Amino acid sequence: MPKVPMNVLRFGLKPLAFVAMLLPFLWLAYSWYFAFQGLPNGLGVNPQEASNRFTGDWALRFLLLTLAVTPFSKLIKSPKPILFRRMIGLYALFYAVAHVTSYVWLDLYFAWGDIWADILKRTYITVGMAALLLLIPLGVTSTKGWIRRMGSRRWRKLHMAIYAIAPLAVIHFFMMRKGIQIEPLVYGAIYLALMVPRVKARLVTRRRASPA
Amino acid sequence: MFRRSSPWQEKESEVTPQSVYLNRRQIMTGAGALFGLTALGGIAASARETRTLAPLKAMKSDFDPGEELTPESAVTSYNNYYEFGTNKDDPAAEAWRLKVKPWTVKVDGMTDKPGNYALEDIVDYNALEERIYRLRCVEAWSMVIPWLGVPLAPLIRKLAPQSGAKFVRFETLADKSQMPGIRWPVIDWPYVEGLRMDEALNPLAFLAVGLYGKELPNQNGAPVRLVVPWKYGFKSIKSIVRISFTDDMPRTAWMKSAPSEYGFYSNVNPEVDHPRWSQARERRIGEFGRRETLMFNGYGEWVADLYRGMDLQKNY
Repeated sequence: MPKVPMNVLRFGLKPLAFVAMLLPFLWLAYSWYFAFQGLPNGLGVNPQEASNRFTGDWALRFLLLTLAVTPFSKLIKSPKPILFRRMIGLYALFYAVAHVTSYVWLDLYFAWGDIWADILKRTYITVGMAALLLLIPLGVTSTKGWIRRMGSRRWRKLHMAIYAIAPLAVIHFFMMRKGIQIEPLVYGAIYLALMVPRVKARLVTRRRASPA
Repeated sequence: MFRRSSPWQEKESEVTPQSVYLNRRQIMTGAGALFGLTALGGIAASARETRTLAPLKAMKSDFDPGEELTPESAVTSYNNYYEFGTNKDDPAAEAWRLKVKPWTVKVDGMTDKPGNYALEDIVDYNALEERIYRLRCVEAWSMVIPWLGVPLAPLIRKLAPQSGAKFVRFETLADKSQMPGIRWPVIDWPYVEGLRMDEALNPLAFLAVGLYGKELPNQNGAPVRLVVPWKYGFKSIKSIVRISFTDDMPRTAWMKSAPSEYGFYSNVNPEVDHPRWSQARERRIGEFGRRETLMFNGYGEWVADLYRGMDLQKNY
């Protein structure tokens, strides 16, 4: 890996990453601008369905990407990728909130009775909602101030919730699709692949901790 | 931004114009960028030949709800036809691989006239009718489509089911070489649907070979498909290769896939929710908000008698 100076990372690559991760949302907003007017748009003839799926896809992708940061950092033996982890995680939350907004506003148009019934009766929506509710505190406590206030141990513990949130999101996606479909399974496989080194490391530490 | 009033109250001039079309390629290009997850990659690229759809002559019929037709571009670009992929735009992109001529339909089971019939022997192309039907998908969207075809009942009679036959079972083609989606075990292929004999003999039941004045595009179920407008769209089985008469209720593809979610009847019913979707409302393609779903998709006067005395909460 070529050495990247710290200030290039902070003031060059970070803003660039910020804009790059915003691009899907900008495309969505641009498409809706036309969809609202009934003009041809990238979202197609059922823009509500398309935007529900689009935002959900990206929330899931950023969830998995944030889980990929630490293994990647270990792989290249550099802590620098960690600089991007919070931003990626916050983008996961951002797209998850966009996902729910798309469903509540654009799709069901604030029909709260229907929405509440959906959350209770449709298991895949219950699971998805649980994932979002777990993700919100992670977003809120993502600041330096919160790390200080909570203490790094407790903060880390809380943020391990991401290991449960990602599979909930994958399950939500799998259940939402009809029949057995490949796409959610691919996301599930990526999640498992990202968890393997973590579980391995855990087992090693435990073996060391308990002398045989 | 849009107004708060119910979109179904909008004036016709405000309804999405015909020019609305699907361009989900763009979405997929963007979406696939990060992880390269376009659902069905890897199919060997071969030259795409598009079939010219011949115009069909048909007489007008009384079956016309008088509602605005869903634009042809939407009808032919937004499809559920999992044999060609599970995304809505997959069928339009992949179905050109389907070879529809010649087409043979196998007729078997409890019939006095079993055999392999050429499509032209089953459907009289000189006696086509146009019927404008609402189509209500179980995913809570709907369209209004001008189909061309023949009523199912006379055909059933012609195929001479025996007196013990109580059900008609239909099967879709399942050919890996023409249908890329079949490589995935989305459901237990081939796709199977069925009707009770009296449902099949109902005057609404229709066998379509065309839409919008032309032959059926492949993605809409060419060359011949069922249209049963009082039931959810998945009952209207596409590209039929086999019709069987039986005394046993057929296990349909979706019943096999998720028995708790899909029943045999699958009549449009706003009061019985599907576990994944509330069925109370639907989005008419081209409209912004949702409209109320009608019992039997608005065809109660034709079909309600078929289910008299049945508990539709149980027989969903």
